[in-house]
Amino acid sequence: MSLLSMNAELSFKQKLLDLNWGLIFMVVLLAGVGFLSLYSAGNGDFSKWALPQFSRFCVGFVGMIIVAMIDIRYWHRLAYLIYIGGFVMLIAVEVMGHVGMGAQRWINLGFIRLQPSELMKIAVIIALARYFHLHDAGDLRRLRLLIPAALIISLPVGLVMLQPDLGTSLMIVMGGAALCFMAGVPGWIFVTGIISAIIAAFPFWHFMHDYQKQRVLTFLNPESDPLGAGYHITQSKIALGSGGFSGKGFLNGTQSHLNFLPEKQTDFIFTLWAEEWGFVGGMALLLLFSLIFIYCVWIAFRCRTRFARLLSIGLMINFALYMLINVAMVMGLIPVVGVPLPLVSYGGTSMLAALGSFGLIMSCHIHRDSKIPKI
Amino acid sequence: MARRSKNKDINEERLFTRRAFILGGLQGGLVAVLGGRLAWLQLVEGRRYKTLSDKNRINVKMLMPSRGVIKDRRGELMAYNEQNFRALVIPEQTDDLHKSLIRLQGLIDLNEKEIDRILERSKKSASFVPLELKDNLNWEQVSRIEVNLTGLPGVFIDVGEVRSYPMREATAHIIGYVGAVSKSEIGGDPVLSLPNFKIGKTGIERAFDKQLRGTAGTSEIEVNVRGREVRELKRNAGRVGATIQLTIDHALQNYMQERLSDEKSASAVVMDVHSGAVYGLSSSPSFDPNLLTRGISAEKWEELLSDPGFPLNNKAVAGQYPPGSTFKMVTALAGLETGVITQNTSVHCPGHYDYGGSRFHCWKRGGHGRVDLIKALSESCDTYFYKMATEVGIDKIAEYANMLGIGHKLGIELSEERPGLMPNKAWKMGHHGEYWRAGETVIASIGQGDIQTTPLQLACMTARLVNGGFQVLPWLVARQDDVFTRDTVWPKIPVQKKHLDLIERGMRNVTTGRHGTARSSQISERRYYMGGKTGTAQVRRITMEDRLEGVQNKDLPWKYRHHALFVGYAPISKPRYACAVVVEHGGSGSATAAPIGRDLLHHVQKLDSASVQIAQDPDAAIVPVAKPKPVTPAKPESEEGGVD
Repeated sequence: MSLLSMNAELSFKQKLLDLNWGLIFMVVLLAGVGFLSLYSAGNGDFSKWALPQFSRFCVGFVGMIIVAMIDIRYWHRLAYLIYIGGFVMLIAVEVMGHVGMGAQRWINLGFIRLQPSELMKIAVIIALARYFHLHDAGDLRRLRLLIPAALIISLPVGLVMLQPDLGTSLMIVMGGAALCFMAGVPGWIFVTGIISAIIAAFPFWHFMHDYQKQRVLTFLNPESDPLGAGYHITQSKIALGSGGFSGKGFLNGTQSHLNFLPEKQTDFIFTLWAEEWGFVGGMALLLLFSLIFIYCVWIAFRCRTRFARLLSIGLMINFALYMLINVAMVMGLIPVVGVPLPLVSYGGTSMLAALGSFGLIMSCHIHRDSKIPKI
Repeated sequence: MARRSKNKDINEERLFTRRAFILGGLQGGLVAVLGGRLAWLQLVEGRRYKTLSDKNRINVKMLMPSRGVIKDRRGELMAYNEQNFRALVIPEQTDDLHKSLIRLQGLIDLNEKEIDRILERSKKSASFVPLELKDNLNWEQVSRIEVNLTGLPGVFIDVGEVRSYPMREATAHIIGYVGAVSKSEIGGDPVLSLPNFKIGKTGIERAFDKQLRGTAGTSEIEVNVRGREVRELKRNAGRVGATIQLTIDHALQNYMQERLSDEKSASAVVMDVHSGAVYGLSSSPSFDPNLLTRGISAEKWEELLSDPGFPLNNKAVAGQYPPGSTFKMVTALAGLETGVITQNTSVHCPGHYDYGGSRFHCWKRGGHGRVDLIKALSESCDTYFYKMATEVGIDKIAEYANMLGIGHKLGIELSEERPGLMPNKAWKMGHHGEYWRAGETVIASIGQGDIQTTPLQLACMTARLVNGGFQVLPWLVARQDDVFTRDTVWPKIPVQKKHLDLIERGMRNVTTGRHGTARSSQISERRYYMGGKTGTAQVRRITMEDRLEGVQNKDLPWKYRHHALFVGYAPISKPRYACAVVVEHGGSGSATAAPIGRDLLHHVQKLDSASVQIAQDPDAAIVPVAKPKPVTPAKPESEEGGVD
């Protein structure tokens, strides 16, 4: 009972001991897969992609630990502020994009090009977790109380659609919906939502950009455009398949190195990995991801507050969405949408977002017994 | 109470657990699907993909399409592609790259910096990838390499294309030039992403870039396991860009450029009064576009940018000048059409006109005495137009100016074209939030004040005045491959023919009348006689002090001197050509611009540009058709023949 009601400050040492070293180990392992692949993607040139990725990882890693050590109540209090901050940045790129040249989706901070839409995915989850912390499952049967949650999701989605970035906006919707589901929003709402989304898809097709339509159409029949969009999928499948059981060996992936595989350092890095390390390597990577998911679910179940619980599971789902979409894409199961493989693909913002997520999840774990006021 | 809340907690806990299992199960299922797919691709289909991957040695490369050529109306080439010889080296085939470079140094003058740069690049790419050593090699350098090829393993010569403009400065503003694709231009056509691809930056090269560009071909190349090219399997050559034939007569164009280059900054247009075809369009000073396609030095570029004559600007379509007295035909037409004046209206000119408490001066200090319309035009009496304009009003003047092509873009195929400005009351209110003052109408009547016109507009105005009132528009592109781009049936301007005839008579007297302002500039041969109108546009207000001190315009610094203008047409018996000349800060229209106009109109008639048919057969177009046509001399009054 005393443990339950313990609300005293945890000492630094206690926190450090309570860090999820197992999770940290897996994260480092995953990033290591990334460095190896990027070293190979750079044709054995460490400085091309692997080094910048490594240095960003080091910075992000320290950030992750700091985020984990910060009291969860502090994050709870900051939740809406983070959301608003992300939203303002989103508007800023939208405005700058119109004023400047073309559609710009990032803010240049010098060492990193920050994509606010990536950060917004996390901000939405934090904000929703705080909102649902206030309203438990019983409350959520009242539809009126669902409106703010719907707004938290739909406002940034609307902005991201304007960019126009269909993939990211769909991911925000899916991540937000999953969190609503976990928070106990009545099941019939999701059924209705999915049905109406299918119906709405028809007029939506009309408003899609030509390049987006092209992507969907080519996906359905990749051979129709062997030099354009279908090229990516076809080449990615050949590269994957030719890896076989044991792979072609590190640095020996012919398809990736002969430049048949486009974007091999970003979206198609899984292909490069599985070509060189084969089925064994590919499955090991999928397994590593799965273990991370399970670890996060375990953390969620240990949390005593609704906020920590929803936050950790929501961030895990977001992370999982990245991975599932990316891998399904390179295997030719879904259209090419341009989603990176978190922690492995070359790119600053997605690395930052992933490490920040794990920092928050660990903060949830360390402060799993802290009471959080219902505000 | 405690029990209920505990129950609630348990329910919550159950709901959360249940839903976590649903989502977790879904996620696990999806991961399993991915694993299954991986197994399918790598284990079941692995063998098939392996063979595909072995065969996947076909690299598809895009082939750069040849850019279409641009010709003049006689079929003379004005823009084409020259072969560009580049020296390349495959590092792995050399014994020692650095030594090879040293050996090459003497043959194609490579400096130390360039050698360092090549060595730097060689480290970054695979050793079988060819490296460019130098491009734009001349024949001597090429042959020097060819001769020494045995001693230079791995070095070879590659032929590319570079855009060439044989008429250099003379066509720089019409044709424009090509340059590297900038970031904002990428998108759409995949050909733009080819390295070294050039895109039209100005002029026709820009306006017809899509047509000139052509379609990229593809080449399927077999490569071995390590990516080395083995042989070409399939080649689809793509399509050469369209041939564009312009209405320009290169002989006239060359002459115009040279004639204008006597002045510090000038521009001129010669066009057909009936069809609107532009025979010559010049802006001076100019620049050599070949410098821009082959790489220009920073100093030379700075020099072009800082030249006060703005050599990079096409002043014939983008220079906007007050038309000065060349505008008087517009005022006259508005006066005649509104009935404010007739052929017989006459005015006494004492050398100034007092209106609304201000005194407006005529250019002739002592005045012209009694003046009718013909005399007002031929001697360019300002007072006559001042008085008339106050009755006609600015809105009517603007209406007729617009009808004659002033104050808006004429849609010539050059994106550099500017609209000029024809102010009226609504414009003044809209832009300055002020009412139009009657005094502004007075100065507008002689083409001063806010009115801005381009030389192109002035030529077009002249054409419309003397072609019987047809609303011609100027155009440059006559043919794209086999397709003729224009049919030249123009609508009529709603004005009376007799009014146009009257104005034409006034313009004829400018060059033939005893006191005409351009009588000294009449063409020497009678059959080529021209009509026209001079104009001298103030750049700076003439102050009372200037008048009192008798400051001569030619004593002022260059940039304060008047612009000299001339518009003309020829032959007077049966107008065919219209021209406009603007000499920036040239002093006076009759002294500076009219002689140029005379020479241009004389030359175009001698060349007989209008009779050069743009050939139907694409091959026939290459053969020059410049056969001087025998012209029977005839009296100007009854002449019907001449140029047709």
